[in-house]
Amino acid sequence: MTVTDLVPYEDALASYDPVMGLEVHVELGTKTKMFCGCATTLGADANAQTCPTCLGLPGSLPVVNAIGVESAIKIGLALNCSIAEWCRFARKNYFYPDMPKNFQTSQYDEPIAYDGYLDVQLEDGEVFRVQIERAHMEEDTGKSTHVGGATGRIHGASHSLLDYNRAGIPLIEIVTKPIEGAGERAPEVAKAYVAELRELVRALGVSEARMEMGQMRCDVNLSLRPNGTETFGTRSETKNVNSLRSVERAARFEIQRHAAVLSSGGTIVQETRHFHEEDGSTTAGRIKDNAEDYRYFPEPDLVPVAPARAWVEELRAVLPELPRIRRNRLREEWGVSAHDMQSILNAGAVDLIVATIEAGAGSAAARKWWMGELARRANEDGVELAALPITPAQVARVAALVDEGSLNDKLARQTIEGVLAGEGDPDTVVEKRGLKVVSDEGALGAAVDEAIVGNAAIADKIRGGKVAAAGALVGAVMKATRGQADAARVRELILEKLGVEG
Amino acid sequence: MADLIKLTAAETAAKIASGEVTAVEVTEAHLARIEAVDEKVHAYLHVDREGALAQARAVDEKRARGEKLGPLAGVPLALKDIFTTRTMPTTVGSKILEGWIPPYDATLTQRLKDADVVILGKTNMDEFAMGSSTENSAYGPTGNPWDLTKIPGGSGGGSSAALASFQAPLAIGTDTGGSIRQPAAVTGTVGVKPTYGAVSRYGMVAFSSSLDQGGPCARTVLDAALLHEAIAGHDELDSTSIDAPVPPVVEAARNGSVQGMRVGVVKQFRGEGYQAGVVQRFEESVELLKSLGAEIVELDCPSFDLALSAYYLLAPSECSSNLARFDAMRYGMRVGDDGTKSAEEVTALTREAGFGDEVKRRVILGTYALSSGYYDAYYGSAQKVRTLITQDFAKSFEKVDVIVSPTTPTTAFPIGERADDPMAMYLADLCTIPTNLAGNAAMSLPCGLAPEDGLPVGLQIIAPAMKDDRLYQVGAAVEAAFVEKWGHPLLEEAPSL
Repeated sequence: MTVTDLVPYEDALASYDPVMGLEVHVELGTKTKMFCGCATTLGADANAQTCPTCLGLPGSLPVVNAIGVESAIKIGLALNCSIAEWCRFARKNYFYPDMPKNFQTSQYDEPIAYDGYLDVQLEDGEVFRVQIERAHMEEDTGKSTHVGGATGRIHGASHSLLDYNRAGIPLIEIVTKPIEGAGERAPEVAKAYVAELRELVRALGVSEARMEMGQMRCDVNLSLRPNGTETFGTRSETKNVNSLRSVERAARFEIQRHAAVLSSGGTIVQETRHFHEEDGSTTAGRIKDNAEDYRYFPEPDLVPVAPARAWVEELRAVLPELPRIRRNRLREEWGVSAHDMQSILNAGAVDLIVATIEAGAGSAAARKWWMGELARRANEDGVELAALPITPAQVARVAALVDEGSLNDKLARQTIEGVLAGEGDPDTVVEKRGLKVVSDEGALGAAVDEAIVGNAAIADKIRGGKVAAAGALVGAVMKATRGQADAARVRELILEKLGVEG
Repeated sequence: MADLIKLTAAETAAKIASGEVTAVEVTEAHLARIEAVDEKVHAYLHVDREGALAQARAVDEKRARGEKLGPLAGVPLALKDIFTTRTMPTTVGSKILEGWIPPYDATLTQRLKDADVVILGKTNMDEFAMGSSTENSAYGPTGNPWDLTKIPGGSGGGSSAALASFQAPLAIGTDTGGSIRQPAAVTGTVGVKPTYGAVSRYGMVAFSSSLDQGGPCARTVLDAALLHEAIAGHDELDSTSIDAPVPPVVEAARNGSVQGMRVGVVKQFRGEGYQAGVVQRFEESVELLKSLGAEIVELDCPSFDLALSAYYLLAPSECSSNLARFDAMRYGMRVGDDGTKSAEEVTALTREAGFGDEVKRRVILGTYALSSGYYDAYYGSAQKVRTLITQDFAKSFEKVDVIVSPTTPTTAFPIGERADDPMAMYLADLCTIPTNLAGNAAMSLPCGLAPEDGLPVGLQIIAPAMKDDRLYQVGAAVEAAFVEKWGHPLLEEAPSL
């Protein structure tokens, strides 16, 4: 890999003002492809989910997926866009073996949604408005696998394998207007924007938007201009940046690289760049000195899309609460810090906690279990929190058992462990494992008496006023009851029997 | 057996339904005719002997079981090699698809099967339907049965020649700029370009998507109507397909009349370039229409003078994109894949070897017309002309019920005469192209032989969109009057081969 000259980030920002443009492709979660009836499920055998249309066989024709259009409109509305009253698909013509027709059915100068914005919140709570240029519908390409080369790239490969299962899967491309005024926070804004967009499409239920699965892909366009000037500099286009962290790193790297080139008197080449996860660098791809000529023209095989206004308003009326607004509302309701809220979000726990609260748990208990014991388990098992074999209702039941005093913290953890191990719901686990707190005052009293007798020296210290030593006796009682006692009640009994005020 | 091949489709179906002949006998008669004459005519690229006989047997069995037969059950048909067929190759007249057997049937193919029509085989055509003479076929030219040294029209020359040489009573064509009507005109047969969207394009290999339209070819107006009814109708797989009932074309064909109709004659459809005999027969046709009770109205459609130019920007533009898929990656010909060349090189070598000159000419033309910086001047202007043509038709149809014109300015020209002169070739479609650009319906039917060369002349009838039935109503009246005048159908004057 070539060594790229960089200047320190702070130095770059001292002289230059970054301008960004973000292009995000979201794969819709429709059951069928954009222009044919083929399934879209992941993991099928190569080319098993294809038909004449998505293979571009001679004579085949496209038919628009209505759910795809509906999803595009939902995204457009959530991004505060205008929705076109009439728009067409267009053909984007270029040759590539994984594109079956050698044109992509897309939209050109008549996008379904245009002129909107998305407010994104940075970690310190500052809100930054990102202007949206357009959101348009298009289809994905197939996938090429280059075999025989050292790097999996086409260079040096002996042959390539083509899988068209992905060809024709609906995509929505969301393009921002130039993002100006973010200054040193530009990389942070880029990340927050993509994160917010991801939450948004998930909330809309139109895509799972899992970046690691390629369901959401981001291109980061970036240029610098000297501070205080207006004219945009030449941009680079870093393609397929596929995690939130990478979006931030790619923007940061390009700021440092552009600054190094410009400050040494060089000029930026308009080109695509590849991003490298391992060190956060970018390297040159294709040069785009002349705008590529895609020979766009209206797709004659499809009729125009003219969404009825009444339908658009129906969709608008049932839009879910925007993620940022919802997060802020929940943060206030739960009384947690911005930082804790961010952790909850990052852990994918927001919806699980909400569901647990809806099932009757207090918000503190719901957060405690999901962000504590369960987050730890998910982390250990390397799975998503939501994928753990326990439901919010079960977590709420555990919390209820704790609240009513039937379980203490330790027993509750054991109950959860049993549920995760597939032993049944919380009540079954408690029953089978015999986890109920010992609340029989007689039995507990006997255990306390026993502990006092067996630890006479400690008991004397407590009688002498060293209340803190009670912990040791509580421990002894808990041990004797195999943890099945309510520790607080045990402490009360000990102090009571020893005639000391707690 | 000779009689069986001379029957109309309607007569054939009736004889099969009544048990007078079997579908197998009819099919065998046609297979024998193909065997006897097609070496000379070269109408077919592929004959599916076994498949055709199997379909025919199925019809006879259906009848034996007492099941009701459709109006075309057991009638043989020649299918233009542009519609996909699961059991036969589909080449579109191109080397690039030589031997390709599609994994699916076109909607039209399926509808023919559903109607129990017996598909004899696939007919020759100009490569990718680009041409007016069938000389652009990669598989050699087709002869005109009236004179085998003359062209049978194009691009559907195989279908028109099959009809005119009694190798099938029915055929399917496609019409992007005249490819059904012009071949019908020069072979003395009937061809209809239905309203755009009337017949599904699913499984019809695209030349120019916004202009292409499949349609019926036959020897009589009624036969064309029966076939029209069988293949037309909404198809969910074609977004541009019309979701409305098929106009009552068969009823119209059975009730020919022009009494009280207003018939338009367009100023722009005459002048230089029209053969004297063609003009003469056309003028006689207009007189005939008058004598049958029609009122003739002169029309001025200035935009029609721009139609040919607009067409030769729009059709190549769309074709440059439609034909991009022929890249040697998934199907068809592959050249140069010797392990040393890149995918890009293999694609280039394959397209170089697999496409003929006319196809390359149009792909290059279209690529240029769509290029950034030229789009507005070429594609954009052509679309505006298209709008003007549509408006001229709309204004005209306020004044008239149908428009008539010569179908093509000349009779069949000699094979080879215009092969190296694309502009001369393009003029063959002067009168047919406006209809494709506007999307309305038109028919060509025989109106006599040109005195100077004894070759057939076609009369074009044009109707508004969705009024395809008017073509048949007028066409049936004209046909009946001519047959009465001549004493026999025109094709009886064709040489016997």
